Amino acid sequence: MQEKVLYAMSALFDTPDAIIQAAESVQKAGYKKFDVNTPYPVHGMDNAMKLKPSTLGYFAFIIGIFGAIMAVAGMGYLTGVDYPNVMGGKPFFALPAFIPITFEVTVLSASVATVVIMIAFFFKLPNNSHPVHNTEYMKNVSDDKFGVLVEAKDAMFDAAKVEDLFRSLGASRIIPIYYDLEDIRTVGNIFRPKFVLFLAIVVFVSAGLTYGVLNRLLFIPPFTWMVYQPRVNAQQKSNMFADGSGMRNPVDGTVARGWMPYRYSGKPDEAGLNLVNPLIPNTHTLDLGKKNFDVYCSPCHGYLAKGDSRLRGQFPNPPTLHSDKVRNWTDGRIYAVITDGQNSMPSYSRLVSPSDRWAVILYIRELQRALNAKQEDLK
Amino acid sequence: MSVDVLHEPSVIEGRPTFHEINEHITKPTEVRPDRKYMIALAITSSLLALGATCMIITHWYGIGMWGNNNPVGWAFDIVNFVFWIGIGHAGTLISAILFLFRQKWRTGIARFAEGMTIFAVMTAGIFPLMHVGRPWLDGWLFPYPNQNKLWVNFTSPLLWDVFAVSTYFTVSAIFWYMGLVPDFASMRDRATVKFKKVIYSIFSLGWRHSNRHWQHYEMMYLILAGFATPLVLSVHTIVSFDFAVSILPGWHTTIFPPYFVAGAVFSGFAMVQNVLIFVRKIFNFEHIITLDTLEKMNKIMLATGMMVGYAYGMEFFIAWYSGSPMEMFVFVNRAFGNYAWAYWIMVSCNVIFPQFFWSRKIRRTIPLMFIIGVFVNVGMWFERFVIIVSSLSRDFLPSSWAYYTPTFYDIGILLGSFGLFFTLVLLFIKTLPVVSIAEVKAVIHGSQPTHKGGNH
Repeated sequence: MQEKVLYAMSALFDTPDAIIQAAESVQKAGYKKFDVNTPYPVHGMDNAMKLKPSTLGYFAFIIGIFGAIMAVAGMGYLTGVDYPNVMGGKPFFALPAFIPITFEVTVLSASVATVVIMIAFFFKLPNNSHPVHNTEYMKNVSDDKFGVLVEAKDAMFDAAKVEDLFRSLGASRIIPIYYDLEDIRTVGNIFRPKFVLFLAIVVFVSAGLTYGVLNRLLFIPPFTWMVYQPRVNAQQKSNMFADGSGMRNPVDGTVARGWMPYRYSGKPDEAGLNLVNPLIPNTHTLDLGKKNFDVYCSPCHGYLAKGDSRLRGQFPNPPTLHSDKVRNWTDGRIYAVITDGQNSMPSYSRLVSPSDRWAVILYIRELQRALNAKQEDLK
Repeated sequence: MSVDVLHEPSVIEGRPTFHEINEHITKPTEVRPDRKYMIALAITSSLLALGATCMIITHWYGIGMWGNNNPVGWAFDIVNFVFWIGIGHAGTLISAILFLFRQKWRTGIARFAEGMTIFAVMTAGIFPLMHVGRPWLDGWLFPYPNQNKLWVNFTSPLLWDVFAVSTYFTVSAIFWYMGLVPDFASMRDRATVKFKKVIYSIFSLGWRHSNRHWQHYEMMYLILAGFATPLVLSVHTIVSFDFAVSILPGWHTTIFPPYFVAGAVFSGFAMVQNVLIFVRKIFNFEHIITLDTLEKMNKIMLATGMMVGYAYGMEFFIAWYSGSPMEMFVFVNRAFGNYAWAYWIMVSCNVIFPQFFWSRKIRRTIPLMFIIGVFVNVGMWFERFVIIVSSLSRDFLPSSWAYYTPTFYDIGILLGSFGLFFTLVLLFIKTLPVVSIAEVKAVIHGSQPTHKGGNH
């Protein structure tokens, strides 16, 4: 059987006064790798052990500032750049409205980081295979005794001398602490296959669940069931009404909002005499007219209204709009053609709104003038 | 021998040894539950089952099962949310703010109050999640890159609430757990059963009571207390923004943040006091959770109760002073209108009954303080009801005015929330040390060195 390996010599004391004195003596004797274990923090122990003040606060400060910057920058990017949307008349970068979330993110990141940094880097925990665990020493200091231990790794360590020192300080018990041989073999090896496999499973399961639930499951029936509610859709049957139709026609004489009746249907000359273009030519109306002309008129009339159809003979080519006849027409006469249609041209009243029609007419006038420019236009 | 008049009396009565404290505090977790405990658990878990049933039915058929109507779109759901969040605030006040003020009497009740904070926030969190109507889409509350290419509205108080409540829960849970770590270590070293020992070892993280660790641990505790203090104030401030940022008369007031925080502490202390009265009796913690501690809690209730009373008065003054006919109408309606009965329950429970705490005798009589504590909680629940429902039921458009009446499901979920909260409390007191072992050891007589050598 292998020989036991000594981790430390430890001593138990009964009162807080005794442990303070013991800690001071061990520190003054020049030991560096020693520790004091007490069931609760004893005042004045930092001074007795000559510990440097904790630097944890700096980490909390730095991570907190980092969290605050990330919160402001993140919200600014998301609401101002990635998806700019006016909310309640606020600017895209609404700093006052960002303050509550910035504060919460600061507190959250600083608190979590403080605790994680303390446990993982300051304490090197979790560590349940430390040699002091499961010893008589540990059982006492987590109850009602105060313990001090000097590690065998200390440069000055000599078991007999340490024991003498403890005895002279009035220790109630002196306990040698040995390594657990099983622990020595496995300690510090976090790349054990079982552990790595466990981590891999955790990663896959949590990532897969998150992705599956948020991006897949919620778009699959029955989680979309609110879409399929008992209701009557357009053009469905319904027994509620005598005619069995789910749709209702408007009451006779109903006038749609913004709709004006056209009085000159079939009377283009009358329209030419009475209708006046309500729009004046400016960049906005000409732009609107060009857009509508290019979409609705240009397939047959051509982009320049010369009658150069792009339909390759599938539809009879219309005459040019630069003829004297059309140039001498009033705006109202052209309006009547767009509204009612003429010869093989159908009515565009359902496709182009009245104001858009007037804008198209302004654009046609502009084209006519451009192709038949007078001398003074060239200046 | 001179008498040190500045010396505080010990916060723990009697002179227990460290070992006795260990024994005493861990005892409830080591003995089998008795009949009284099982009866209590049966009652609370039945309430929980009732609430869960009502919630499942609500999830299935939608929130049309509730009494909410137009214009009262926020009712029991939001009332309960604000109520339970408020209950949680006392825990953080005791554990963090009183820690920063070096109030040693908090030691006996801090762990328990922190636990109540966590359970109250858990209970509160259910309500907004149900209130959205499609709880399976609650993931959308958080900003994450989704396939709809949409982000949440960072300028809305409702989103601030999401961040505030989730931060509050996380930080409270960390604070609570870090306080438990040394106690888990003590319980690990007491455990005789292998199964228990493994569990305690995992949760203790291998804590060794090392003074090289205690040093950072105390710093961490101070930092977390420093963070939790503004956090708890921010949480109820943001909850009050849900109302104050709107334009509804009765909600749109700047007094809401301080008024809500005071009310939260008020109701939270009442709840902690009520539950502690039972806990100290059942587990014989009378010398750790002392009558002095309860008296101090009653004093805080008296103080915060008067702050709340001041806010009630000030709301009426500002409504008159503003000259806005809408505001004036809402407040006259609140006191004498359709919900006047709720208003007067609120005023009598929150302002009148706590005045009995001026008497030292009542402050130190357990049955009386218990009754007043119950009244305070009833009153504070009605406060939220009055603010939310009475303001909404009489909005700008008289043609849409309506009276809100809760349905069976509303009341079932309210009872269920109490069931959930008390079930969690009962499980907690039977599985974890309800008093911080390490902290109590540090404040009993003779626990700190006398420094006779003059080395201080």
